[in-house]
Amino acid sequence: MDQELRELYQEVILDHNKSPRNFREMEDSTQDSEGYNPLCGDTIHIYLKINDGIVTDVSFQGSGCAISKASASLMTSAVKGKTKEEAEVVFKNFLDLITGNLGENPNTDKLGKLAVFAGVQEFPVRVKCASLAWHTMKAALDEKETKVTTE
Amino acid sequence: MNSKEEISVISNSTIYNVEAIRNDFPILQTTVHDNPLVYLDNAATTQKPISVIKEAQKYYSTMNSNIHRGVHALSQVATEAYETARIKIKKFINALGKNEIIFTKGTTESINLVAQSYVRPNLQAGDEVIISQMEHHSNIVPWQLACKEKNAKLKIIPIDDNGDLIFKDFEKLITDRTKFVSVVYASNSLGTINPVKKIIDLAHQNNIPVMLDAAQAVNHLPVDVQDLDCDFLAFSGHKLYGPTGIGILYGKVNLLDSMPPYQGGGDMISKVTFKETTYNELPHKFEAGTPNIAGAIGLGEAIDYISKVGIENISFHEMNLLEYATEAVSDIPSLKIIGTSKEKVSVLSFVLDDVHPHDIGTFLDFEGVAIRTGHHCTQPVMDRYNIPATSRASFAMYNTKAEINVLVNGLKKIIGVFG
Ligand SMILES: Cc1ncc(COP(=O)(O)O)c(C=O)c1O
Repeated sequence: MDQELRELYQEVILDHNKSPRNFREMEDSTQDSEGYNPLCGDTIHIYLKINDGIVTDVSFQGSGCAISKASASLMTSAVKGKTKEEAEVVFKNFLDLITGNLGENPNTDKLGKLAVFAGVQEFPVRVKCASLAWHTMKAALDEKETKVTTE
Repeated sequence: MNSKEEISVISNSTIYNVEAIRNDFPILQTTVHDNPLVYLDNAATTQKPISVIKEAQKYYSTMNSNIHRGVHALSQVATEAYETARIKIKKFINALGKNEIIFTKGTTESINLVAQSYVRPNLQAGDEVIISQMEHHSNIVPWQLACKEKNAKLKIIPIDDNGDLIFKDFEKLITDRTKFVSVVYASNSLGTINPVKKIIDLAHQNNIPVMLDAAQAVNHLPVDVQDLDCDFLAFSGHKLYGPTGIGILYGKVNLLDSMPPYQGGGDMISKVTFKETTYNELPHKFEAGTPNIAGAIGLGEAIDYISKVGIENISFHEMNLLEYATEAVSDIPSLKIIGTSKEKVSVLSFVLDDVHPHDIGTFLDFEGVAIRTGHHCTQPVMDRYNIPATSRASFAMYNTKAEINVLVNGLKKIIGVFG
């Protein structure tokens, strides 16, 4: 496989695509949101359970490409147990990573596993695939009523 | 590429030399991610032969001026070239007169023109317009707009699992309130060639005019508007080896004559005062403003090129490719073809279990292969099959079996990575 392509489709991403974590509906969510990418028809539904300002559970449903599915799956792991404010910081850091706003040799320590998405910045048409779940999660956090779309 | 293998005998007298054709298309020499370009996104837009590129360049470098308005030499040359292109198009689709050929921006504008200037003024509350479930968005939304405004009903001919129109349901949809039928001649997402003659016959028995979206037909099949007896027909230059930003609306002259203008402006008038304006004659009544002159001339040249190769020969070659590709993917168990009509243009839409079309598209791009992934502006088709998207390879006159091998090997690699 081409090097650049390998950077995009890292093992972790392929693994989360195949067996996504927290891939389920949540009956007792406190807030949820739907996201839509009109370009490819992908849809995603994010469920959050927030108690005392802490994200105690998070899950997702929907269909999408490997990048969007893995991104959603890793997002659920990344924000679970975080406070709302902490989740917002991770959201911002993740967006900076995939859009190349962290500079040449970014310190991705604070991003943990999410660093596998660094390759996305080389694929401008795929940035939206990686960000859909996150924008939708943010909308759920903010309890926004309108559907999120990437366009 | 083994050129010998790619020369096929079409009939006793014709040799189809795909290598010679490929040499006429400069872009086919391009490499993508260090691989030779394998361009299989022809249903989105086709590549342009050098003669078309040169002709557009020749217009700008030797005749650029505005048409129909100057007495000076350049304007006359340009007007002549523009009107010559119209005559080539008239012949290409066998229209009765050149005043039945309207230059537009493309299929989309042609359909909107008919929806706004022909159907909308004739539509009453409770009337009905019929389209099909396999329409491109550009043959859905203009009708929704007109129907919504007039409180008319948009009715849909359903399709079956193969992607064929269910004709007996079309018969049932027709009522005495049906005012118009607009259907796609060949589907861009399924490949299905619709039985348009049957559709037109039945509609005409009920005095209903019919429009054909021929965007994916004129590039694959001989199209004769008089034989079809369609009332309107639309297509785009860029899918016909011509430039973007130019397209055609064909309409029967009596219908075009009866219609109010679509847009107002220069060129479409005969006399303007603040009290009253009289409109120019056909086809100029529908060509307001300075048109895409280079585009029209380029499209005329593209039609010359197609005629030289022969549309029947192109069709034969493409059917060979479609058959070869269909056969080649049949040994991939996780692959399902979407659109399995017996009558198809060279479009192969498919889904792979467990690999999303977007990932397929990115992977193939690294092999140099350009395909389209997504809903192809036919979301109701995706809903019909309950899928978000497909991958689509579409073949043109310059594609080869060797290129299809690159596609199929690429797909096998992808399955290896994701499997
Ligand atoms: C069947 C069909 N109809 C209409 C269109 C719209 O054509 P254009 O975008 O050139 O107006 C297309 C092209 O995408 C098409 O494939």
